[in-house]
Amino acid sequence: MKIVVCIKQVPDTKGGVAFNPDGTLNRAAMLAIMNPDDKAGLEAALRLKDQYGAEVTVLTMGLPKATDVLQEALAMGADKAILVTDRVLGGADTWATSTTIAGAIRNLDYDLIITGRQAIDGDTAQVGPQIAEHLGLPVISYTQDIKVDGDYLHVQRQFEDRYHVLKVKMPCLLTALSELNEPRYMTPKGIWDAVDADITVWGRKDLKDVDDCNLGLAGSPTKIAKASDKVRKGAGEIVKDLDADGAARAITDKLLEKHII
Amino acid sequence: MNLEEYKGVFVFAQQVDNELGNIAFELLGKARELAQPLNTQVTAVLVGYKVKNLADQLAEYGADRVIVVDDPELEVYRTEPYAHALAAVINEYKPEIMLVGATAIGRDLGPTVSARVATGLTADCTKLDIGDFPLQPKEGVETKHNQLLMTRPAFGGNTIATIACPNNRPQMATVRPGVMQKIDPISGAKAEVIEFNPGFTPNNRYVEVEEVVRKVSDVVDIQNAKILVSGGRGVGSPENFQILRDLAKAVGGEVSCSRAVVDSGWMPKDMQVGQTGKTVRPQVYFAIGISGAIQHVAGMEESDYIIAINKDEDAPIFDVADYGIVGDLNKVVPKLTQMINEAKANK
Repeated sequence: MKIVVCIKQVPDTKGGVAFNPDGTLNRAAMLAIMNPDDKAGLEAALRLKDQYGAEVTVLTMGLPKATDVLQEALAMGADKAILVTDRVLGGADTWATSTTIAGAIRNLDYDLIITGRQAIDGDTAQVGPQIAEHLGLPVISYTQDIKVDGDYLHVQRQFEDRYHVLKVKMPCLLTALSELNEPRYMTPKGIWDAVDADITVWGRKDLKDVDDCNLGLAGSPTKIAKASDKVRKGAGEIVKDLDADGAARAITDKLLEKHII
Repeated sequence: MNLEEYKGVFVFAQQVDNELGNIAFELLGKARELAQPLNTQVTAVLVGYKVKNLADQLAEYGADRVIVVDDPELEVYRTEPYAHALAAVINEYKPEIMLVGATAIGRDLGPTVSARVATGLTADCTKLDIGDFPLQPKEGVETKHNQLLMTRPAFGGNTIATIACPNNRPQMATVRPGVMQKIDPISGAKAEVIEFNPGFTPNNRYVEVEEVVRKVSDVVDIQNAKILVSGGRGVGSPENFQILRDLAKAVGGEVSCSRAVVDSGWMPKDMQVGQTGKTVRPQVYFAIGISGAIQHVAGMEESDYIIAINKDEDAPIFDVADYGIVGDLNKVVPKLTQMINEAKANK
């Protein structure tokens, strides 16, 4: 079985969100990590490899420094790594990004493509289904569990209040939830091998069946009108020196005043 | 693409088990507002099997017109026949704006359909307006009027971006549940109902539904609560959530929680407020022992009145609270419950 896993390098928004003095996000000061949902997708692919045997190719689109996450993926156990990088691809929205990645994947043999549900920088969850659409593949989003059955997969697909068990014929695309599994650590040998591993680098000319007018900032239908730090409403009244009785009384009075009770 | 051909504000009226979700009504409420400056109609797109009877309900919540796509293939949600249905409606009726809920269905259907009809899609919007793009006149750039301006949080709620889709139609957005306001239903309202079936021929993209497993849960939907008593890691233990339940009972509210509480296994995920949980906007939100990480605040800051109780006076939750008490929640909360009960008894 041949599996392609799409991964993204993202700033770690969870721990240290850093701001510049002018209030904008300081990306340089933030840790760059492999997107958590993508890492779960990679882990799912590696488990299929352990269980059934598979060749796992990781693919990312980004700046040259995104090589870091490809090396991490190789050290975890991926077999091949591809970096798609080109100036003309910069500033892409989800349409242009998915067009680019689909153009890269058209060069590959695959039975299964796995992407993360969403990346923690954009949180859109759009690129996975859009890649499937460009490639004409069935897509199953929000995947919880994957079982192989010949040319078919049985997949649990999560919804808010239920899950569906779906049977899908490969080739297909799944989007993985970080709740899917606990990703493995890199092994010392894996890290050692990854340093020497070849990473394939593709640019615009390597993308198959893709029009220039659908790439990069210029090829993105959505345009940013304004981006800013979140303006929050000011703090209200903060009371420090009341004992429990006083505090409870003060809150009760507020609730009475507002006719809540 | 002749942009002038595209008219009207459309919403995808999500139904599951032949029941419309709140999100359908919330989208209709917003669509009505957007339709006003555009001087146009609101159309609900209802997709399913034997769902036509839901059209009246959509009319009561603000739809001028309902396009019904009814077919046995559409009985249970699957990406392909649903994407085919919605894309066919878009190609046939050419909406200017297409809104979809940012639900587990909409966040799958929206991207698939937007790619199929070759337009942009803005995810998880929390604000929608009609205005100019660019926002301010720019030399050498044509100002386009009456554009859909879609605002959404990014970077885990650390930044917000306003996005437009000036050169493609429809302008598509998925919208976070619980953010937009539905209208008071107009009883007896009727909409023009159009039945439309583009034909469904199964292909490689049709998956087979082998099983539907509903989560057995008697939990309430925290998005519907008027008052939420929300606890964080500071509550200390799952057992100690009892004092929050007591307070919730006294004020007639429900209990919710932060992500840390779910990660610790103290409460189910359905109760989680925040960026990766639910967005809520109750009349009163009690944040108890919640530090106020930005991802949490993103899910509750639209609440009408926020009361925070935390022993750490530097906790960021105090930056968004309308009323903050620096103190020990173990002492304050039981006392508060007692006083509220007394106050109610004295009325």
